Amino acid sequence: MSEIKTVGIAGAGTMGAGIAIVTARAGFRTLLYDTNARQLERARDQQAGFFTSSVKRNKLTQAEVDRIMADLVPTTRLEDLVACDLVIEAVFEDLGVKHQLFAALNRVCPAHTIFASNTSTISITEIAGGTGRDDRFVGMHFCLPAQLMKLVEMSPGMNTKPDVFDAAWQFCAALGQKPVRTQDSPGFVLNYFLIPFNNDAIRMVEAGIAEPADIDLAIKTAMGYAMGPMELLDLIGMDTQVLLCAAMHGLTHEPRATCPALVKRMIAAGRLGRKSGRGFFQYERDAMFGA
Amino acid sequence: MAHRIIQAGDSRSFPAAHAFLIGAIANGDIHVYIGARVGEAFTRSTNRDQCTAHLVELGDECLGVHTGEARGNEGSNVLGFARFRMGSAEPSNLIELVKQPQTSPAALVACKALFELFGFKVAVCSDVPGRIVNRLIRPYLNAALRRLDERLASAGDLDATLKMGLGYPEGPIALLERTGLAAHFDVTQALYEWTGDAAFAPARRARVAKLRGAAQG
Repeated sequence: MSEIKTVGIAGAGTMGAGIAIVTARAGFRTLLYDTNARQLERARDQQAGFFTSSVKRNKLTQAEVDRIMADLVPTTRLEDLVACDLVIEAVFEDLGVKHQLFAALNRVCPAHTIFASNTSTISITEIAGGTGRDDRFVGMHFCLPAQLMKLVEMSPGMNTKPDVFDAAWQFCAALGQKPVRTQDSPGFVLNYFLIPFNNDAIRMVEAGIAEPADIDLAIKTAMGYAMGPMELLDLIGMDTQVLLCAAMHGLTHEPRATCPALVKRMIAAGRLGRKSGRGFFQYERDAMFGA
Repeated sequence: MAHRIIQAGDSRSFPAAHAFLIGAIANGDIHVYIGARVGEAFTRSTNRDQCTAHLVELGDECLGVHTGEARGNEGSNVLGFARFRMGSAEPSNLIELVKQPQTSPAALVACKALFELFGFKVAVCSDVPGRIVNRLIRPYLNAALRRLDERLASAGDLDATLKMGLGYPEGPIALLERTGLAAHFDVTQALYEWTGDAAFAPARRARVAKLRGAAQG
């Protein structure tokens, strides 16, 4: 088993950009890949802003940030990922898109490279089945916001080799994250609960039962949650929520996992959440969460 | 703004002395009905329009049970409220303030201000079973109990994952153990009867706890 030194992150959206912070901050050379150069620029700006806050709050020194940013390399060229010992996919929750990406990566990456998916809903075994290396494939689900949350749900697929899973587990621990082993079941643990919970909250708004701010206030005050569901949904993004629902409902047929119509209307109105400046709440700037 | 307390039995919102009770006066112009027999006390009240507002403490029932309903046009200066409380735990600092479609805006503003004056956080919602918090968390707690039965994760792993992954202060199993599985059964069974929604149907472990509690007296 080769030592993991260089990591690829495929997809520079909210999750990918956050995971790249985690890997680069932990000292791994990190290639952040996306087909969209503007998305990469946006991620770079957000990451720089995040680290500026980290310096201001004395969590990191400027020298450390300079080292991290030098280790964090954006690229639009998939071939650059040839250098990676492990590639974490963080693209849309669409099995076809993931299979297409991994099939291409399988042609580019050396045989020792481990593939991981940050999927939060789709079966690891199903994704692995389209990669050409299902024995070197693991589920590594980081939590939102990835740059702050320590938990990683780690799932082996049916054909994952134990030593591959162990290597990915050790890598996760070396990141300073807290891996927990979960079964390869729809939504693993977190999204099994979170997707229906958030949909219920959306349906309350849809039905005019309560305003988003009242829902968040109630849940935070009563349950001591750090974030209310509406605030969290704005962070997840409506475009992501619709895909999460589709994946989860497609697998479970759980009625509460069905995407509420309001989400689709919000997408049509450009109210995607934090990323578009407006969701259930309005936001003034496109900054990453935390420092 | 001043309030008067009309107590009719033990209150779940205010089981012990509290500044909100101590701060009430006999001629307050917001009448607050609290206690298990709140319905009888409210029914006996007269000249309701002469007060700024009436606040009726709710259990699992809807406010409409006390006020009556009229083709979706119900509403007056009568509002419902409950201080959220999880089973046997102490009441929280949350007041769920319940309005009807035609509730007087002035009464709503006055009632919200009254609770906020005593340091409560106030969330306004419509007159629906479960209000906000129970409507959201009971299906989640039922799902956690079912997940446990399906052996998809241990109780400890389930709690740890949800705490670390979502920043919850307590996992669902530990929360139910601390506050009472039988109490969860009571609330979620009531919501199931109100709504007919299977998500509220009590999980097996909650029903076991309820029956066992009853058998043991």
